[in-house]
Amino acid sequence: MTVSARQRARISRGAQYAVLAAAVIVLIVVADWGQLQRAFFDPAVAAAQFPAIITVALKNTLIYTALGFVVGLSGGVLLALMRMSSVAPYRWLATIYIEFFRGVPALLVFIAFGYGIPTAFGVRFDTYVTVMLALGMVSAAYIAETLRAGLQAVPKGQLEAARSLGMSHSRAMVSIVIPQAFRIVLPPLTNEVILLTKDSSLVYLLGLALTQYELTKFGREAISSGGGLTPLVLAGVCYLIITVPLGLLARRFESRTERKAR
Amino acid sequence: MNASTSTPAPAAIVVDGLRKSYGSNEVLTGIGLEVAAGEVVCLIGPSGSGKSTLLRCVNLLEEPSGGVVTVGGVDVTDPDVDLDGLRRRIGMVFQHFNLFPHLSVLENCTIAQRKVLKRPQAEAVEVARRNLDLVGLADKADALPAQLSGGQQQRVAIARALSMDPQLMLFDEPTSALDPETVGDVLAVMRSLAEAGMTMLVVTHEMGFAREVADRVVFMDAGVVVEQGPAAQVIGSPRNERTKLFLQRVLDPTHVRGDAAEGSEG
Repeated sequence: MTVSARQRARISRGAQYAVLAAAVIVLIVVADWGQLQRAFFDPAVAAAQFPAIITVALKNTLIYTALGFVVGLSGGVLLALMRMSSVAPYRWLATIYIEFFRGVPALLVFIAFGYGIPTAFGVRFDTYVTVMLALGMVSAAYIAETLRAGLQAVPKGQLEAARSLGMSHSRAMVSIVIPQAFRIVLPPLTNEVILLTKDSSLVYLLGLALTQYELTKFGREAISSGGGLTPLVLAGVCYLIITVPLGLLARRFESRTERKAR
Repeated sequence: MNASTSTPAPAAIVVDGLRKSYGSNEVLTGIGLEVAAGEVVCLIGPSGSGKSTLLRCVNLLEEPSGGVVTVGGVDVTDPDVDLDGLRRRIGMVFQHFNLFPHLSVLENCTIAQRKVLKRPQAEAVEVARRNLDLVGLADKADALPAQLSGGQQQRVAIARALSMDPQLMLFDEPTSALDPETVGDVLAVMRSLAEAGMTMLVVTHEMGFAREVADRVVFMDAGVVVEQGPAAQVIGSPRNERTKLFLQRVLDPTHVRGDAAEGSEG
């Protein structure tokens, strides 16, 4: 008996569905649903987290992310420009900075700003300043590379065409290259914001006051007083409330520009 | 300092002893060329012969390694030359059009007028519409480049260059990237420009166009000008062996399949 390629593909697909269905059935039969619900979603514990999880934790996560992004974006623009500068030392400095902050864990940078620098220099930063600097300096390295890649993704012919019309280099950049680079850069930049949102959880290291708790710290404190994993699940959902729309937004923009530039 | 002071029509472009090398690779080895005002000159020759590089040296998209290039009497290789001012007077049309994809057809034709010539919006639009009408695309003013065919995009690119009121036009293989059926429209626009008296330097593989429209044809090979003269003579009865061989291959590609490989290059 010979089996055609199409039949073989159908059998293989059928087998994959069967495995999936079997796994789901086993899970449903074996799992202790009562236990799972108590551990992951206890309504009483969940209710107790409100409204603080929104008014304090979610709010602070957003603030920390925004602060980090402002520094990250401005630093990133500066670094990208330095990286493409015709003055060699600027290029070196930017490269060293980018390689360093991209290469070390963000956690280490937080420790440096939270404890290292204050002890070594006897200065004490405000928590928000610390967050802004630590998150911002790390994300600046990533954002700089994203921006540089975006600018360099604009075909060389665009700059040539602009220059051949008599535009100065800076005019050509502002009117022709940067607007195109912006469209290219927006999806990966959204990605940076998502990463930044999650990295803001590292603030927990700094020893926060109650009103400075962000989602991770908030969830962690809540589970330490008992009540299973419910607070963590809620905190996770709050992260998704921020990041999923960002991802959707990026994808929408991506498909829109693709259609435009096809 | 104009090299040709005695001729009635001053030379628009004078190229003398032009050299260009990339590292140790010498692309142009001492080119001499003159284009008079109102003249149409076609540059022909095999790929890699330096035609495009020569063209790009005229508006300094490539920096010459040696020699002199003057445009309208201005030495473009002078470090103190107002390069932007010079380029504004030289229209350039590229093989791959290089339209600005984020701008509409009309904006493509107005942006440099507004930002470089500081023309008011209304005037820029008027000039752009006139030139779009000239290339037969007045009805596409609001389209985006991506919505046009290659031939239409190239005609927009010509209109964009013309909107700066250039004194001369450079064409870098304007029809090489086009579908065959759209080539004719672009050539027709170029022909009408030539008839209107525009000074044109055209790198092309369109021998029919060169023969009919060019005042002079220049054959280049391996970085030097091998032969030049009236179009009918260079294309119709070339004297140099290399010119003959090249024309044979271009005009009848099926005839010399045997040695086509060595002559073809991307």
